[in-house]
Amino acid sequence: MNNEERHIFSVLVENRFGVLARVAGLFSGRGFNIDSLNVAATHDKSISQITLVTHGDAQIIDQIYQHLNRLIDVIEVTDLSTGRHVERELVLIKIATDDQQKRTEILQIAEVFRGRVIDMKPASIVLEVTGDEGKLDAAINIFRTYGIIDLVRTGKIAMMRGSEK
Amino acid sequence: MELKGAEILVESLKREGVDYIFGVNGGAAMPIFDALYNETDVKLIPMRHEQGASHAADGYARATGKAGVVLATSGPGATNLVTGIATAYMDSIPMIAITGQVMTHFIGSDAFQECDVIGVTRPICKHSYLIKDANEIADVVAEAFHIATTGKQGPVIIDIAKDAQNQETVFKYPDSVDIRSYKPQVNGDSNQIAKAAELIKEAKQPMLYAGGGVVLADASDELRELTLKTQIPITVTLMGLGAFPETHPLAMQMPGMHGSCCANYAFTDSDLVIAIGARFDDRVTGDLNKFAPNAKKVHIDIDPSCIGKNVPVDVPIVGDAKNVLKELTKKVDTPDIDPWRNQIQEWKQKYPFEYEQKGNKVMPQFVIEKIYEQYSDAIVVADVGQHQMWAAQYFQFTEPRQWLNSGGLGTMGFSLPAAIGAQLGCPEKTVVNINGDGSYIMTIQELVPAISLKLPLKVFIINNMYLGMVRQWQELFHGKRYSAVDYHDNPDFALLAQAFGATGLRVEHPEDVEPALIKAKGINDGPVVIDFIVDEEENVFPMVPAGKGLGDVIRGLS
Repeated sequence: MNNEERHIFSVLVENRFGVLARVAGLFSGRGFNIDSLNVAATHDKSISQITLVTHGDAQIIDQIYQHLNRLIDVIEVTDLSTGRHVERELVLIKIATDDQQKRTEILQIAEVFRGRVIDMKPASIVLEVTGDEGKLDAAINIFRTYGIIDLVRTGKIAMMRGSEK
Repeated sequence: MELKGAEILVESLKREGVDYIFGVNGGAAMPIFDALYNETDVKLIPMRHEQGASHAADGYARATGKAGVVLATSGPGATNLVTGIATAYMDSIPMIAITGQVMTHFIGSDAFQECDVIGVTRPICKHSYLIKDANEIADVVAEAFHIATTGKQGPVIIDIAKDAQNQETVFKYPDSVDIRSYKPQVNGDSNQIAKAAELIKEAKQPMLYAGGGVVLADASDELRELTLKTQIPITVTLMGLGAFPETHPLAMQMPGMHGSCCANYAFTDSDLVIAIGARFDDRVTGDLNKFAPNAKKVHIDIDPSCIGKNVPVDVPIVGDAKNVLKELTKKVDTPDIDPWRNQIQEWKQKYPFEYEQKGNKVMPQFVIEKIYEQYSDAIVVADVGQHQMWAAQYFQFTEPRQWLNSGGLGTMGFSLPAAIGAQLGCPEKTVVNINGDGSYIMTIQELVPAISLKLPLKVFIINNMYLGMVRQWQELFHGKRYSAVDYHDNPDFALLAQAFGATGLRVEHPEDVEPALIKAKGINDGPVVIDFIVDEEENVFPMVPAGKGLGDVIRGLS
C-alpha cells in the first residue's frame, strides 16, 4: 500500500489486569498490525502508559484511534506523529568477542553510538544503546558484522516536545 | 449488617430497577440463584438453555429500552451465552450478563466447569469485569449498568467467583457513577449541525437514512419532527423499522439487499444522504463503489468509530441522535425539492413489494399481510431468514420497539426466547413471534417456560420445509444444489406444540389463514403455535445480489 504511514500512539490506560489484552485484541480482531509495543506504569500508579507503533492508511489509522478511545479502560489517546515529539528506544546487544582486537574495535564503535558496556566476559560483551530507530538500526547493522549472539529492543517510547501533554 | 456477595448482587440489581432476570442454574452460580429464591422484586425466570436466557434478556431490553439481565453458571453455562451476547453486541442492546466463576483459588487450574469467560467474550462485549472480592460487587454493578445503557449501548459481563458470592461484607451502593475514562459525547457539535443544515438547504435530491440508533436513543419523535419539517423522503433500515411510520407518504420503506426499489434507487440518485444512527452496513449499501455515488454524506452517530468506517463522510456529527436531531430541526429550512419527491412517489407506485399467487398455495407474503391485518399494533419478534425479510417488507411498522430482530449478527433461534422477554417487559401488548421452520427448532425448548409462565405468545411459523434463505441463494448462485437445507424431516410443529402443552394449529390452505389468526387472538392462557405450510420455493424479492450496486436490484417479477 502506497499511502501507509507509521504512527506512534501514546495511550493512557487504567492500570488494571486485562487492559493490555483488550488493546491487543482490538488490533488482532481487525487485522491491524502492531509494530512495537511498550507498557509501564506512569508516575501515577493507577495509570499505565502504552506506547504503540503501528502503520496503515489514513482510514485505518483513524479507526485505530477511534477504537482505542472506545475501550472503557482507555483514558486518553494521543497520535504523537501528528505533532513534534521525541522518541527513544533502547537495545541490548550481546556480541561475540573471541579476540582482543575485535573487542577493542567493538568498544570504539560503541563509543561512536554512545553505547554503554553492561557486561563483559572473555568471549562476549553486552552493550546498551539508546536512541531513535535510525540510530539503533545503524548500530545493529555494524555490530552484525562482528556476530550478534543475542539482541533485545524495548520498542519505542515517545512524548510531545515542549510543555504540551 | 453484613450480606453475602450473592445477596449484595441481588440488592444491587434492585437498585438498578431490575424486575426480571433470565437464567439457568448451575454449580458456580448456585449462591446467586439461592439469593433469588423467593425474591419478589427481581423475578427469576428459569429458561431451558443459556442461549435462550440471553435472547430473552435481549428481547426484554429491545422491547422496553431497559437493560436485560441474564444469569448463568461458569464454563458451559457461560459459553452458551456467547451467541446471545454477540447478538446484543452487534445490535447495541443494553444487557448485563452475570456468570458464576469457579472459586478464586481454582481460577487458572482447569477446574471443573472452568472457562475464561472474560477472555472468550472480550471481542463481543462493551466491557467486562471479573470479581474475586465481594467488596467490589456493588460498585461494579453500578458501573456495568451505566456502561451498558449509555453511549453506544451494549452488553457488559460480570463474572463472579463462587467464593466472592459467599463472602460476607457490608453492602453500600454508590450514589453515582463516575468513570474518568468513559465520557460519551452526547451533544453534537453546533458548527457541524449548522453545516448539515446548510447542505440540506442546498440539496436537490436529499434523503434521510435512519437506523436502529434512532430507536436505541428513543429519538423517533425527533426523527418525525425533522422529517415532517423538511419533507425529505426517508428510508428506515431493518434495525430501525418503526422509527418512522411506514404508512406515511414520505416513507420509502427499508433499503438494501431485500429493501424497496424506491429506497435503493433513491440512494443511487441522491445528492445528500443524512444518516442517523445507521452504520452503512454491507446489507444496506451493496457494492460500496456504487453506493450513493453523487451524494454528500452527513452521518450522525453516538459512536465516532462508526463514522467513516465504511463510507467517507462529509459532515460527521458525533452525538446522541435525540439531541442532534432536536438541534438540527431547529436550524433547518424546508428545501425546495418537489421534482425529487415526485420521482420518489413514482418509484414507490411503480415498484411496490409484490408477489405472485401460485395456484392454491399459501404464499408466505400473504400470511404476513394477514398477520398485519389482524395484529397491526403488536410487537413483532422475527427470527432470521426469508420470513424475517417478508415480515419487514409486508408488515407496516409504525412505532419504535414494535419490531425486534437480530439484524446485525443474524442469529437464528433468537426470536422465541426474545418474544418471552418482550412479553414479560410489555405485558399489556400482544407479542407476535414470526418464525421460520429452521430457526424455530433451534430454540424450541423455550416453549416450556413460555407455557409455564402462561404467556399469550402468538408463534407463527412460516414453514417452507427448507432453510429458505440459503436455499434461495443455492437456487440463484449454486445451480440449485440444495446442500443441507432440506428440512422436510422436521416434526409436525402443531402436534409438537401440543406435546409441549401449548395450543398447536396447522394451516395448509389460503382460506384457513385468516380464521386461524383470529382464533389465535382468543387463546390467551398460554402460547399458541400456528404452523403455516407455505409455498416451498418462494424467493425474497427485490434482491441486490451480494457485491452488486443498489441500482442493480433484481425486482423479481417480470
